[in-house]
Amino acid sequence: MSDTRYTKEHEWIRMDGDIATIGITEYAQSQLGDIVFVEVPDEGKSVSKGLEAAVVESVKAASEVYAPVSGIVTEGNAVLADAPDTVNSDPDGDGWFFKMTLSDPSELDELMDQAAYDSYLKEIDG
Amino acid sequence: MPDTVSTDSLLATPLDALHRTLGAKMVPFAGYSMPVQYPLGVLKEHLHTRAAAGLFDVSHMGQADLVGEDIIAAVEELVPGDIQSLKAGRIRYTQLLNEEGGIIDDLMIAKPVDDDPNRLHLVVNAACKDKDYAVFEAHLKGRGSLERKSQHALLALQGPKAAKVLALLDPQCATMPFMSLRAASIAGTDVVVSRCGYTGEDGFEISVPAVSATELAEALLEHADVEPIGLGARDSLRLEAGLCLYGHDIDVTTSPVEADLVWSIGKRRRLEGGFPGDARLLKELHEGPSRVRVGLKPIGRAPAREGTVIETVDGDGVGVITSGGFGPTVEAPIAMGYVEKTYAQPGTRLHLIVRGKVLEADVTSMPFVPQRYYRGSK
Repeated sequence: MSDTRYTKEHEWIRMDGDIATIGITEYAQSQLGDIVFVEVPDEGKSVSKGLEAAVVESVKAASEVYAPVSGIVTEGNAVLADAPDTVNSDPDGDGWFFKMTLSDPSELDELMDQAAYDSYLKEIDG
Repeated sequence: MPDTVSTDSLLATPLDALHRTLGAKMVPFAGYSMPVQYPLGVLKEHLHTRAAAGLFDVSHMGQADLVGEDIIAAVEELVPGDIQSLKAGRIRYTQLLNEEGGIIDDLMIAKPVDDDPNRLHLVVNAACKDKDYAVFEAHLKGRGSLERKSQHALLALQGPKAAKVLALLDPQCATMPFMSLRAASIAGTDVVVSRCGYTGEDGFEISVPAVSATELAEALLEHADVEPIGLGARDSLRLEAGLCLYGHDIDVTTSPVEADLVWSIGKRRRLEGGFPGDARLLKELHEGPSRVRVGLKPIGRAPAREGTVIETVDGDGVGVITSGGFGPTVEAPIAMGYVEKTYAQPGTRLHLIVRGKVLEADVTSMPFVPQRYYRGSK
């Protein structure tokens, strides 16, 4: 298992060297239902922890995806423009939203690890 | 993610236990706990309804009868539809209007099958029940009364295979004209079947005593062509069909002329008036309304939601979107909204302001998908 961290808003973030990859969790995609549109940030965009970084829309509603940490976007997942349902089929993998560098890596410590996220899910579904 | 809402004070329809057995996701809607989707999901539920048949629980809607001598004349004082000319067993779509010609609710009014001249059947929106009933009761004082059918559930069976499926239980329903109703007996239960709906497809609404509703729903669901469909797909289906959702596309500030519902105003009524706000409506009919409800197709994949500002290509505000989302059958975003009359022509390029960015869109005639109502056997 790679070291994946989670937010209370159901984003995940995974480090690979200096680059973080961000997506939404299996729980988030199941709550959203059929995803019909995704807007990811462009390369070079500055994003701030807890603020809107991307948009995901189901048939019924639009939802924001927040940046788990602050930094600069290095790549948006271009696949999602034409195949937004990739987020439904593979939220942890090919359905990633964007990659970024971190302005303050210590922000990662404030996020939940797998065990904490699992118990958080139990709490909100309880 | 939606906030958790207390479900303590919510009403349940007679099919509540069945929804939960079927794995529905229940949400509060108009004071009721209602299924927004089943395990199939909104997209597949939508497509299934267009391909085969979908079963909807619409028991939250208000079913009532208006009773009284001269009830037809009394009701025509509240709505612009031609109720006088309604034949026995026929249904009319119309609007309850306020003194300014604004829409208090849109509703179905039907003449009883037995042609009882002193009775009309109503189906009104769930969220408008109380205010509608109050308007009718205040107006009818001394001339008639309103009888709530609160012990009745309402099921909708919609889709190209709806008639085939329902005919297995009630063979005569297959040849019912669109916008007609008939009394039937299904599996020993007295029901009233209406050939109408809110999806743009052929289909039926079945008014059934609450005690027999689950049994009827289960009998329909037994058929391989029938899937249970939630409110999520109900909304995307009606949007593709270009149908108004009360409280969004129409409300007390919009007139039926602005809402592009002129077809529902009877010819005799246009000449005679005699309904609330008739001066405004007749003026709008002659001169054209200042704004009108139109369809919009955003270019690209991004949906534009309710509340989105509509601008000209030069950046002048000309309207607002009242319903918008993704049309699963159209396979593209679709929307409806009000624009100044000058910009209502199909093909007009407009700008939608979505998250601070311009999204180009074209005014489009509605419905977004062809209506497939039953027009008689060929």
